[in-house]
Amino acid sequence: MELKLPIYLDNNATTPMDPRVLETMLPYFTDHFGNAASRNHPFGWAAEEAVDYAREQVASLIGADPKEIIFTSGATEADNLGIKGVFEMYASKGNHIITCTTEHKAVLDTCKHLEKLGAQVTYLEVLPDGMIDLDALEKAITDKTILIAIMYGNNEIGVVQPVKEISAIARKHNVLFFTDGTQAVGKIPVDVIADGIDLMAFTAHKMYGPKGIGALYVRRKNPRVKVTAQMDGGGHERSMRSGTLNVPGIVGFGKAAELCKQEMAAEAARLSILRDKLENALLQLEEAYLNGHKENRLPHTTNISFKYVEGEGLLMGFNKNIALSSGSACTSASLEPSYVLKALGLGDDLAHSSLRFGLGRFTTEEQIDYTIKAISDTVNKLREMSPLWEMFKEGIDLNSIEWAHH
Amino acid sequence: MAYSEKVIDHYSNPKNVGTLDKSKNNVGTGLVGAPECGDVMRLQIEVNEEGIISDAKFKTFGCGSAIASSSLATEWLKGKSIDEAVAIDNMDIVEELNLPPVKIHCSVLAEDAIKAAINDYRTKNGLPELALEEKKH
Repeated sequence: MELKLPIYLDNNATTPMDPRVLETMLPYFTDHFGNAASRNHPFGWAAEEAVDYAREQVASLIGADPKEIIFTSGATEADNLGIKGVFEMYASKGNHIITCTTEHKAVLDTCKHLEKLGAQVTYLEVLPDGMIDLDALEKAITDKTILIAIMYGNNEIGVVQPVKEISAIARKHNVLFFTDGTQAVGKIPVDVIADGIDLMAFTAHKMYGPKGIGALYVRRKNPRVKVTAQMDGGGHERSMRSGTLNVPGIVGFGKAAELCKQEMAAEAARLSILRDKLENALLQLEEAYLNGHKENRLPHTTNISFKYVEGEGLLMGFNKNIALSSGSACTSASLEPSYVLKALGLGDDLAHSSLRFGLGRFTTEEQIDYTIKAISDTVNKLREMSPLWEMFKEGIDLNSIEWAHH
Repeated sequence: MAYSEKVIDHYSNPKNVGTLDKSKNNVGTGLVGAPECGDVMRLQIEVNEEGIISDAKFKTFGCGSAIASSSLATEWLKGKSIDEAVAIDNMDIVEELNLPPVKIHCSVLAEDAIKAAINDYRTKNGLPELALEEKKH
């Protein structure tokens, strides 16, 4: 089969929708357009039945009871609802939240917002491989701690945190455990019972479903967890999230969850082989470094820094043909390089030189072979025009130079 | 963000990539920027006996706009007198390459590199350094 360009390797940003998901959704835009809350006519019944079925499909993927699934507009809203909702609901118990520096902005900025409302937040630093220090986590707990918010799998480096150990610590101290499962759910086995999760945010569009639909898992027993609604209205979703249900989105989310459950084992094995092929080939280049833990991570993600070349300059060499993202400041509006990579202790220079690869269901070996060649060629070309590479080759210590910071 | 065609052209076919012998008295070297900021430019000029820039080379670590700015600068420098070279303004580079506002710092860096190279040449040849105005990066 001829290789079709461009190649999409940014599946941690979003995934393409599986055609099987789209097909399942289509009737719910037209024939079955009813409001799932309309209890007294067939249009409403059809919508409600579809939502119930999808809720079972989504719950089944994570080992939850369907009643524990609260549909939201996506993971950002679920992160907000989970964290703010616990802060408000458990205010009489305490005001301390523990999270970590490599969390997604939807978690970090939510915590920062709560600080303005009187929350005390501990932002745990991670180890150089991106993992949580469990001792530091336990030591951070006080009698005011109400929530530990640590992500399942990291979006930039793919590191998977020791969720079972974290939840055991939380349980021991009678603290709730929230996890942002956005990158992990549908990719690796996530089981809210076995993992001891109390609340979890996740979203359809990272698992080949539609954008605009996500969920917050809220545990109903051992313990029964409650969150204060962050939007007032008709009392949908057990009064935790008002708003007319996005029926086509929910139907698509359900189908996407079902497909992930069926295909997860085979897909994770296939993708980790492709990811390892890509990673091993690129790490053959001189001065190329893997970011994050090599074993404890998502099967479809890798993050590599190519020293002495700048990430955006690197992307420009092939971004007409390969879609990737970089930790370089130039790719963001803030002009700051990736805070996740900096949290691992990487210097700004290595953070600027990083590429994130997110493989997915539609990634093929031909695409990986093409990518290996294109990136290797561009790295070599840019190093030929990099003054830093020349100095490195001449044995000059770059730290000995007085750089003019601007 | 889409790049202008001129930026893409300089990035794909950079002009005057290379290294001049910095130990020579008629070669001026400017090294500006910092690795932590994501861009470092090294720009070199070779000045002939008539005071004309006979050769210019660059190497740049940075984004496509930084590479293009320095590549363009070397093209413009060749054949100019030192006085003409000093007059090159970063906004000329912005205009020529259609740089968007977030990339203006790349052009400022190129102008800094030109002036640093000229000052290095002047110092080597017993001339006082030019006073440089501070531009915002």
